[in-house]
Amino acid sequence: MTPVVELCAARKRFGQVEALQGVDLAIGTGELVAMLGPNGAGKTTSISLMLGLRRPTGGEARLFGVDPADQRARSRCGVMLQESGTPGVLTVRELVDLFRSYYPSPLPTATAIARAGLDAKADARAGTLSGGERQRLHFALAVCGDPEALFLDEPTVGMDVEGRRAVLDNIRALSAAGKTIVFTTHYLEEADQLARRIVVIDRGVIIADATPREIKSRIPSKRISFNTGVPVSDATFRGLPVQNLEVADHRVRLLSNEPELVLKALFERGVAVRDLEVTGADLEEAFLSLTTRP
Amino acid sequence: MRYPAAALMLRMLLMQTRSELLMRWRVPAFSVTNLALPIVFFTFFGLPVAHVRRADGVSIGAYLLASFGAYAVGNVMIYGFGIGVANERAMKIDRLMRASPLPPLVFMLAKVVTALVFALLALLLLVGYGAVVGGIHQPPAVWAMVIARLLAGSLPFIALGFAIGYLSGPHAAPAVANLIYLPLAFASGFFVPVGQLPGFVQAIARFLPTYHYAQLAWSALGAGSETLGTSLFWLAGYTALFLTLAIRAYRREERAKFA
Repeated sequence: MTPVVELCAARKRFGQVEALQGVDLAIGTGELVAMLGPNGAGKTTSISLMLGLRRPTGGEARLFGVDPADQRARSRCGVMLQESGTPGVLTVRELVDLFRSYYPSPLPTATAIARAGLDAKADARAGTLSGGERQRLHFALAVCGDPEALFLDEPTVGMDVEGRRAVLDNIRALSAAGKTIVFTTHYLEEADQLARRIVVIDRGVIIADATPREIKSRIPSKRISFNTGVPVSDATFRGLPVQNLEVADHRVRLLSNEPELVLKALFERGVAVRDLEVTGADLEEAFLSLTTRP
Repeated sequence: MRYPAAALMLRMLLMQTRSELLMRWRVPAFSVTNLALPIVFFTFFGLPVAHVRRADGVSIGAYLLASFGAYAVGNVMIYGFGIGVANERAMKIDRLMRASPLPPLVFMLAKVVTALVFALLALLLLVGYGAVVGGIHQPPAVWAMVIARLLAGSLPFIALGFAIGYLSGPHAAPAVANLIYLPLAFASGFFVPVGQLPGFVQAIARFLPTYHYAQLAWSALGAGSETLGTSLFWLAGYTALFLTLAIRAYRREERAKFA
């Protein structure tokens, strides 16, 4: 079966910057994929190539097996972009009605508005909405055509806790209904909660493409911190499974997947350890250790 | 409910046009300037001399109504597209539309239809105002001809408006539109008949698109000073020029934003 999305050795250069450096990715029907990475990693550029908003400078992008700019492919997709505006003088209802007309078999207007949780704001002009409400409006515009595939670029950005939960619940429900969904986020937690497949992208390269469980096993899960009476240096930790090592005066902080092994080695090496703390690592912080290489 | 392709396209065009009409109507900067300004100007420049007749027997009132009609349509096209498109680019509405299944041609067409509807409305208001307030009357068939010619002949100004919209930012667009359109309108006899303008301006007027555009309306009243063929020839030339400019500006934008 033809994948919904295909990037084949896709490259994208903006002037001197190579935003994507040869990305291979295929997303099949019904998949729920999170594109995860820090800001500027190439998530939005990837989505832009998938949708034909940008042309690859090398390689190829296909959507439903055809050129992503093709109308036949477009009318099967709903899109929520980070950087896009809506005409401020039209109301939520008018905009949803307008976007429904772009699709062959759309949802009823009221259903789309309700799904985005905007019933109370249906007759408000888009220009009067708050940041979070505007995100919901974009979500309504993405789903109102009842498309087969959804592309959501940072769908929860700028939302309050409640709004975020509503969007995540919505994505889950749409996925359960068989939609193919690609969303970007820079929160591992969000990707972990939702997706069955996480694509980690950093500096224009895919550095991991796996299940949330596999991804989490690769990142250091514990934080070790202690004071030491004698001065220590990076050399003290040579050969040990540690990451994000910080040594300041007598204070040492590091991340590791195998804290017991690290501590045993330190005792053997005669390091005097005081005020020892071993805690679960902050997931986001640990994730960053995966993406930002020194 | 599933729509066949042609019906879907037509439905898109209708909905898109409806939205564009609402947008233009709800922004006073557009609706008031488009519909009320020509009437205000006509009140100052046209009403005082409405009952005078030219040497050739044509009512000056009708002549000036036709002139202000030309002004009104140019206004709708140049300001509407120029400022409208520049604003949409600044607000990144173009990016949203670009990612939607709406074909760019339907998007453009809806804007053109909307502008023509506003132009028609502005012309009907002018003619109605002239009749009620100024007592200026012409056979309906004559007004119909004036209106039809002004709408059909507006193509070069649609192209010019698009070019301004793609070449200037939202803050510059109103100034650019003014700098281009106001001198054109004055020099082409929209407000004061060409014969009353300084000699060198009269000499320049012959080369301006707006002058030949107004001739379409004046000659429908029997007050033109060139043949229809000459007017159409000039307007076709300017259409080609402005369209080339607009397409180049559009392509430049495409390369920068969507390449």
